[in-house]
Amino acid sequence: MKFSIVVFPGSNCDHDAYHAVKHVLGQEAEFVWHKDTDLKAADVVVLPGGFSHGDYLRTGAIARFSPVMAAVRAFAEGGGPVLGICNGFQILCEAGLLPGAMLRNRDLKFHCAHVPIRVEQTDTPFTLAAAKHQVLRIPIAHGEGNYYAEADVLETLERERRVIFRYCSPEGEVTEAANPNGALNGIAGICNERRNVVGLMPHPERACEPALGSDDGLVLFESVLTALAGEGALQS
Amino acid sequence: MSTVDTALLERHGLTPDEYARIVRALGREPAIAELGIFSVMWSEHCSYKSSRMHLRKLPTQGPRVLQGPGENAGAVDIGDGLAAVFKIESHNHPSFIEPYQGAATGVGGIIRDIFTMGARPIALMNSLRFGDLDGAEGARTRRTVEGVVAGIAGYGNSIGIPTVGGEIVFDERYAGNPLVNVFCLGIADADALVLGSASGSGNPVYYVGSKTGRDGIHGATMASAEFDDKSAEKRPAVQVGDPFMEKLLLEACLELMKTDALIGVQDMGAAGLTCSTCEMGSRGGAGIEIDVSHVPQRETGMTPYEIMLSESQERMLLCVKKGREADVERVFEKWDLHAAHIGYVTTDGIMRVKDRGVVVAEIPNTALVDEAPVYDRPTARPSYLDDVRRFDPAALPRRDARESLLTLLGSPSIASKRWVYRQYDHMVRTNSIVLAGMGAGVVRVKGTARALALSVDGNGRYCYLDPRRGAMLAVAEASRNVACAGGVPIGATNCLNFGNPERPETMWQLVEAIEGIAEACRALDVPITGGNVSLYNETNGEAIYPTPIIGVVGLLEDAGAALARPFREAGDEVVLLGEGHGEIGGSEYLKAVHGLVAGEPPSLDLARERALIDLMPRAAAAGLVRSAHDCSDGGVAVTLAECTFDGGIGLEVDLPAVADSAGDAVAAALFGESASRAIVAVRAADRDAFLKLAAAAGVPARVIGRTGGSRMTIRVAGAPAVDCGVAEAEHIWNGAIAAHFRRASA
Repeated sequence: MKFSIVVFPGSNCDHDAYHAVKHVLGQEAEFVWHKDTDLKAADVVVLPGGFSHGDYLRTGAIARFSPVMAAVRAFAEGGGPVLGICNGFQILCEAGLLPGAMLRNRDLKFHCAHVPIRVEQTDTPFTLAAAKHQVLRIPIAHGEGNYYAEADVLETLERERRVIFRYCSPEGEVTEAANPNGALNGIAGICNERRNVVGLMPHPERACEPALGSDDGLVLFESVLTALAGEGALQS
Repeated sequence: MSTVDTALLERHGLTPDEYARIVRALGREPAIAELGIFSVMWSEHCSYKSSRMHLRKLPTQGPRVLQGPGENAGAVDIGDGLAAVFKIESHNHPSFIEPYQGAATGVGGIIRDIFTMGARPIALMNSLRFGDLDGAEGARTRRTVEGVVAGIAGYGNSIGIPTVGGEIVFDERYAGNPLVNVFCLGIADADALVLGSASGSGNPVYYVGSKTGRDGIHGATMASAEFDDKSAEKRPAVQVGDPFMEKLLLEACLELMKTDALIGVQDMGAAGLTCSTCEMGSRGGAGIEIDVSHVPQRETGMTPYEIMLSESQERMLLCVKKGREADVERVFEKWDLHAAHIGYVTTDGIMRVKDRGVVVAEIPNTALVDEAPVYDRPTARPSYLDDVRRFDPAALPRRDARESLLTLLGSPSIASKRWVYRQYDHMVRTNSIVLAGMGAGVVRVKGTARALALSVDGNGRYCYLDPRRGAMLAVAEASRNVACAGGVPIGATNCLNFGNPERPETMWQLVEAIEGIAEACRALDVPITGGNVSLYNETNGEAIYPTPIIGVVGLLEDAGAALARPFREAGDEVVLLGEGHGEIGGSEYLKAVHGLVAGEPPSLDLARERALIDLMPRAAAAGLVRSAHDCSDGGVAVTLAECTFDGGIGLEVDLPAVADSAGDAVAAALFGESASRAIVAVRAADRDAFLKLAAAAGVPARVIGRTGGSRMTIRVAGAPAVDCGVAEAEHIWNGAIAAHFRRASA
């Protein structure tokens, strides 16, 4: 399977996603420059973490205007799996491919740490190999990961089971104490209506090898391989 | 040219003698732009005029050294055709004036030094010194800490280079002059190091990166003077960092370096365009002619003087092969960066600066570099030494050992720095195999089986009491730290933070420290490949502790052998390596528990230290050790406690008594800071093999107990000394620093 990893100026987890896909999973990976207009025959598109355009304005606010984003939108609208990680999630929100926005963390500080997150739904291409309510230990590294959406949007997300990951205690309980940034409803990741576009603040690409302290992130990549191989038909 | 008067010289930080030397070197009076150029190039910061003759004493050679001092950074061979390129640098003065930007641009500067060499930066560390968090200047110190930490985080996180380790010490002596030393390491192809030199008559010289503004003019001069109450007025001399711009510059430079279009590259750091132009020409035995009107400018109406002296960040100077201009312009256009052709290489050895074709400065490189003053400044042993070393441990009041341990664990210098490193992205690039706070920073080298262990260490209090031994102990501690992670120390970098060298007492401390570093590096076989000297660290006449910081790089052939601090399993044997001599002089215990800075720092037997440093990587590679932690601040009791943290596995041990200790023998055994020691945990099944290996290496090794349970129970010579729940102790250790900031924001 071929993963296209979009590189915006200021992306800095592009190499990490590439490494995980190519060297850990043994899949094909290719960088796509943000000025490109095609996705090089991608099976999966990854928008990696980083600080696109420095994120001096709102995170992702400039990246969404990059030429490549039209191709990403078309790919998503065609049902192709798109994963936005951290800054990639923020860009998907700015581009309107996912609802909501990220505020600064509630303590106004950057947080880098392994945190437990709970898989809420398994009917997305990035979670179908996970168990419902499985707890994954995955690093976060962000200053603006405090998910916010208007009350009606939040209500829709919950009703449509589009909250895919929530911050939780190591035992899997969603509590305020386990919420590292103040995100509404403990939201760590969501999907679009069609469920093929998933964004999350934690970094699964950093948790693909035991040497790095966790390989719990592998399940996201293994899920999409399974989904694409047609071995796990999407339930809806 | 009679406009040059004493006031003008003073503003340029030049003495009348130095001015006379300039006139002699030029054979005429300098024009104003020339005076500015000389002033920055001959500043202490750029010329090392007070330290240069002593720095020659440092060992800089070794079989692995690919690049020693004199270039943008040092480089050592790490096998597989790769080089580790690294250096440490200070940004003390800017960080005092404007903590966030001062620290941020310090990070930006050291990163440029590394990628200038053709290396991709993969790790950052920092060594920080602040005043007491709740001292008289506590509120100000807390603001400084928050600013510096946020600045380091803001720059490093954004550019995507992990901050994998470091150290922080809080002491009132740094309240008026914090230290911000930043270290960066990158990986390059060993046969493709890029040097900062220009050559080849007619080859074009390009300016790339950010535009030039008026920020940072005379930054190098500022960094070469003491501070007083008016120092805040120097804020315009601090630059503003733009990590996004630097990220683009980094990627563009590395992309361009993969072609063979370049002759040399030099970053514009201190003294900006002046220093880079002069040094590139000088190193290549050539001259460079530039026209400042071609320099991209952020502001209008800038004079040649301002353009040449600006320290605007994120700029580089490239010497390009003639005919390859299009390659440069194509790469920089891709990254939306300026690439301005501002001049070319000449054969006359002269740095010639024009403004719209009119010569405004014309200086032979030799005049700037070779004629630069070198001072053999007078030294005098400070008289305070006799007072502070007079110390009788027997006169100390006895304290409950458990309470003392908890006090130490809650002392900010020893307490967990989680509040700090949590703000640093320490995992990006997915190489961090020993995470921040868990021991030395260890990063794997992708594409190989290897890893690098990194540590920065220094102890200003030791150096205050004995600068020579204190500096030796810093080399020993940094080397021991990487060895305890499983690394063989292969190279070092130093940052020498001292007061005003014009005071003979300060100069004495500096010389003693350099000689101590030289002796320890020789004995431990760790060459110094570069570094930085920061003098005039004084405010209102009050100097910091003399604080040499040593950064050591260790090599692990097998990344899988890397060791971390926390115990991993109950039932393992706890082994004490080395011997305690009860040395509490200069210890954290004396300071935190008794409020004393006195005595002599611990003795150091370099042969014993070497034996331990040789043993640890071998034991790690053989898989005989499960976790390891070196003994330093707070003594073996603090080391033991820290082994139980971040895993919650307790211990029960019996420590040997220390021989001939005057006074509280239990405290001496627990908290004395004797060097050349470590605590390791080994599987019971590996115990004999490990002890045999240690004996063969000549390292005293004693099984003192076992891991397990949820308490730490420490006896000394069979008598109960400390019994404490791990969770209780860890809670104190974990929360001590954060508590100061919660209070501050409440």
